[in-house]
Amino acid sequence: MKPTFYFLLFTLLLASCAPKPTPVPTPAGPQTLTVLTHDSFAIGKDTVKAFETANNAKVVFLQSGDAGAVLNKAVLTKDAPLADVLYGVDNTFLSRALDADIFEAYQSPVLKDISDEFKLDSSNRALPVDYGDVCLNYDKNYFTTKNLPVPQSFEDLAKPEYKGLLVMENPATSSPGLAFLLATHAHFEDGYLDYWKSLKANGVVVVDGWETAYYTNFSASTGKGPQPMVVSYASSPAAEVFFANPAPAESPTASIVSTDMCFRQIEFVGILKSTPNKALAQKFVDFMLSPQFQEDMPLNMFVYPANKNAKLPDVFMKFAQVAEKPAALSFAEIAKNRDAWIEAWTAAMK
Amino acid sequence: MQNNMLNHEGTETLTQAQKAGKSNLGAFVPSWFSRFLLWLAPLLFLLVFFFQPLARIITLVFSASAFTEINFQLILSTLSFTFYQAALSTILTFLLGIPSAILFSRFNFGGKSLLRALTAVPFMLPTVVVASCFNALLGNHGWLFFLFPLSPEFTTSKTFYFLLILLAHIFYNTTIVIRIVGNALLRLDPKLEQIARSLGADTFHVWKNVTLPLLRPALLAAALLVFMFDFTSFGVILLLGGSNFSTLEVEIYLRVLKLPNLPLAALLSIIQLIFTLIFSILYTRTINQVTTQTAPRFSTSRLPKTPKEKIFVATLGILLSAFFVLPLLSLPVRSFTRLEADRGQRGAVQYGFTTDYYQELFINRRDSLFYVPPIQAAANSLGYASLTVLFSLVLGYPAAYALAKPTRLEKFLDPLIMLPLGASAVMLGLGFIISFGRSLASPWFVPIAHTLVALPFVIRTLQPALASIPERLRQAASTLGASPFRVWQTVDFPILSRATLGAATFAFTVSLGEFGATLLLTRPEYPTIPIAIQRFLSQPGGLSYGQAMAMATLLMLLTTLAILIIEKLRLSNAGEF
Repeated sequence: MKPTFYFLLFTLLLASCAPKPTPVPTPAGPQTLTVLTHDSFAIGKDTVKAFETANNAKVVFLQSGDAGAVLNKAVLTKDAPLADVLYGVDNTFLSRALDADIFEAYQSPVLKDISDEFKLDSSNRALPVDYGDVCLNYDKNYFTTKNLPVPQSFEDLAKPEYKGLLVMENPATSSPGLAFLLATHAHFEDGYLDYWKSLKANGVVVVDGWETAYYTNFSASTGKGPQPMVVSYASSPAAEVFFANPAPAESPTASIVSTDMCFRQIEFVGILKSTPNKALAQKFVDFMLSPQFQEDMPLNMFVYPANKNAKLPDVFMKFAQVAEKPAALSFAEIAKNRDAWIEAWTAAMK
Repeated sequence: MQNNMLNHEGTETLTQAQKAGKSNLGAFVPSWFSRFLLWLAPLLFLLVFFFQPLARIITLVFSASAFTEINFQLILSTLSFTFYQAALSTILTFLLGIPSAILFSRFNFGGKSLLRALTAVPFMLPTVVVASCFNALLGNHGWLFFLFPLSPEFTTSKTFYFLLILLAHIFYNTTIVIRIVGNALLRLDPKLEQIARSLGADTFHVWKNVTLPLLRPALLAAALLVFMFDFTSFGVILLLGGSNFSTLEVEIYLRVLKLPNLPLAALLSIIQLIFTLIFSILYTRTINQVTTQTAPRFSTSRLPKTPKEKIFVATLGILLSAFFVLPLLSLPVRSFTRLEADRGQRGAVQYGFTTDYYQELFINRRDSLFYVPPIQAAANSLGYASLTVLFSLVLGYPAAYALAKPTRLEKFLDPLIMLPLGASAVMLGLGFIISFGRSLASPWFVPIAHTLVALPFVIRTLQPALASIPERLRQAASTLGASPFRVWQTVDFPILSRATLGAATFAFTVSLGEFGATLLLTRPEYPTIPIAIQRFLSQPGGLSYGQAMAMATLLMLLTTLAILIIEKLRLSNAGEF
């Protein structure tokens, strides 16, 4: 009987290490602000520190998967929000966030410095932070050694010489994946599913998120994976130069920026409804839109700042490419059809 | 996942329990009021946390746009893939399981009991650990790939992932075949075979005409059980296959978190529930036939004699040892070895032995996957597991008391109590999300979901023990002047402590390894070990992979410790009376 007693006592003791509901915040200590964001988020330590000291706050960035997954989580937990601020919803997923009504409107004073072309939500629930072009990246070395011409159009990708060479992200969960799907829709219109069937037959590899596609499958990155082409950003080649040590004279990768092949992605930030830290959240949004934060973004996330006053770093000017003519697809059209296109795509690729 | 297997014993003992209960009915008939009190807490619990969410799921199926053309196609393809992979896994499991059952039931050899115990180990391990084991051995970042660089086109192909899944299923379920079919082989009356042989039948005909027909119920029962586990497999498929393969269970998860369509998720979970119920009923029927077939037990196992037998025993023995040892070993070793660069690490990489993966667990990075240092997940898991033990014992005891002396009411309630067994863990999570959206910030829902999974088994363990207590002992104690509490303390409790320990272990390990429901319910500030493993595995780069391995090793260690401690307690306990 004794061992049983000790065992039960032991479990009681262990039970006390179960997490307690809501830790009580101490009023004297810094206020914590939680920013829900995607796995690709990165920003300089000093930049965050500057905000923290100025506002007696502690900022936690909660990375919860790819952009789509993060948004779904925010929608599902709408009644019991995970964070105060959500950063990383882009124009492809934006209408899902607006329909679910997860954001609180905020008329930030910094909005005057942001180009109007990015302001897709007129009621300012989602505020534009940055933009970038989703384009195919390729491994220069692979194409030179194999003496293979770099594909210049969507049609090229379906040719047998490129069989199994492309890795992309699942449009259902990943925003660059969805951007790529949207670009094909803009190009092929109703014939896009037939095109995808031909890509499937040509061995396109689909992975869950950008991180895996770029860092595991792509042959020119650290993962040294099997695919020499990846759906990424026009600015990714600049990142390869910036992070390499010593810095090479030219990037090992390049983007395919020909007409229609890219999709311009705009990323937004929003304050989650019913946050208890509304004032601090607003300050943080102002901070994200201010030049200090905006100028730090290009070399951390390799995106272009939305603020007109933010200056671009040299390496960015030199190595980041810009799409010649991004795919034309209106926000309204995306909002209306996105879910149906994703469903149809998912069914076609099964 | 284990519960149904163990439930097999539950049903066996249940019949005893009912018999015992009947014989005691005349002596002790509780009033309807005490019955009501016994049932109050467990029924209320199930009503709020199981039947209410279930009702919500069903309403969701019928109220919204669940029945559309595109959904129908998706359900059809998901269902056919689920059946396909489960059938294939079952066949492959049998290919290894049947020879192994023969090996263990017919032959004696050195290290037999050790090897037999080894084959049962995976069954006690959480799915995330088994998935991590195979990942460490055969995955893209694992040993095989490192030692024998296969073409990356192959190792990132769907076929390769599918192979991994099948292997993990075999690894998991072979022990079921060994146990059910092996035991049936042991119970066979050897005289039957001897008679057949003396009448001139050769080995083939003995098997075909005598052994196989007698084994049929056992074979069928084992096949059904293995099939059911493969059918509902979740952690293994998600962690080894990504979202490449959608079984019903994985598709439900995808339709909640990744490509949200709650009505479709609800419809899928109802379909899943119906299928598991059908399988459980079929299984219960066949396993009853197996148990009625008992013959006097003879020891029919002997040393291998002919060269053929020796080769059979040696090859299979080595094969089994390798198949079960290698994955279990490669996980902990991999967690101490750096084989690849970290994500985005472009400088020189120091390969070989490292403790970085463990050290990193104690650091809370600002850009974290969780709010807390990852090691906090271990504390959370232990806390949740203990809460699950407490909840399920508190709720399980009164229900088991009532069920031990069944009246008409209990006959009606019994299947209702067991219903959560048929529900998939992901479905429980979905139900909670639909029903308790607003209060999901509370960490209490995770142990509550774990309790739902553990409770049926806890009841099934306690019930026969309670029924086995002779009423005369209680009466004797009370005539000698013992108070009701003293009666309980001196008569009931000593007899029950073994069953209590067994039930507690089960609840504890279920909670430690529970993955499906936790994945949907957990909040980033309260991660559990399985959730941390899943998050780390889904990140690219050597560091996060290493951390996943370190976490999985930790979970393997904790589960083994829990089982060992309780095994030891149970033994020392047995010596006491």
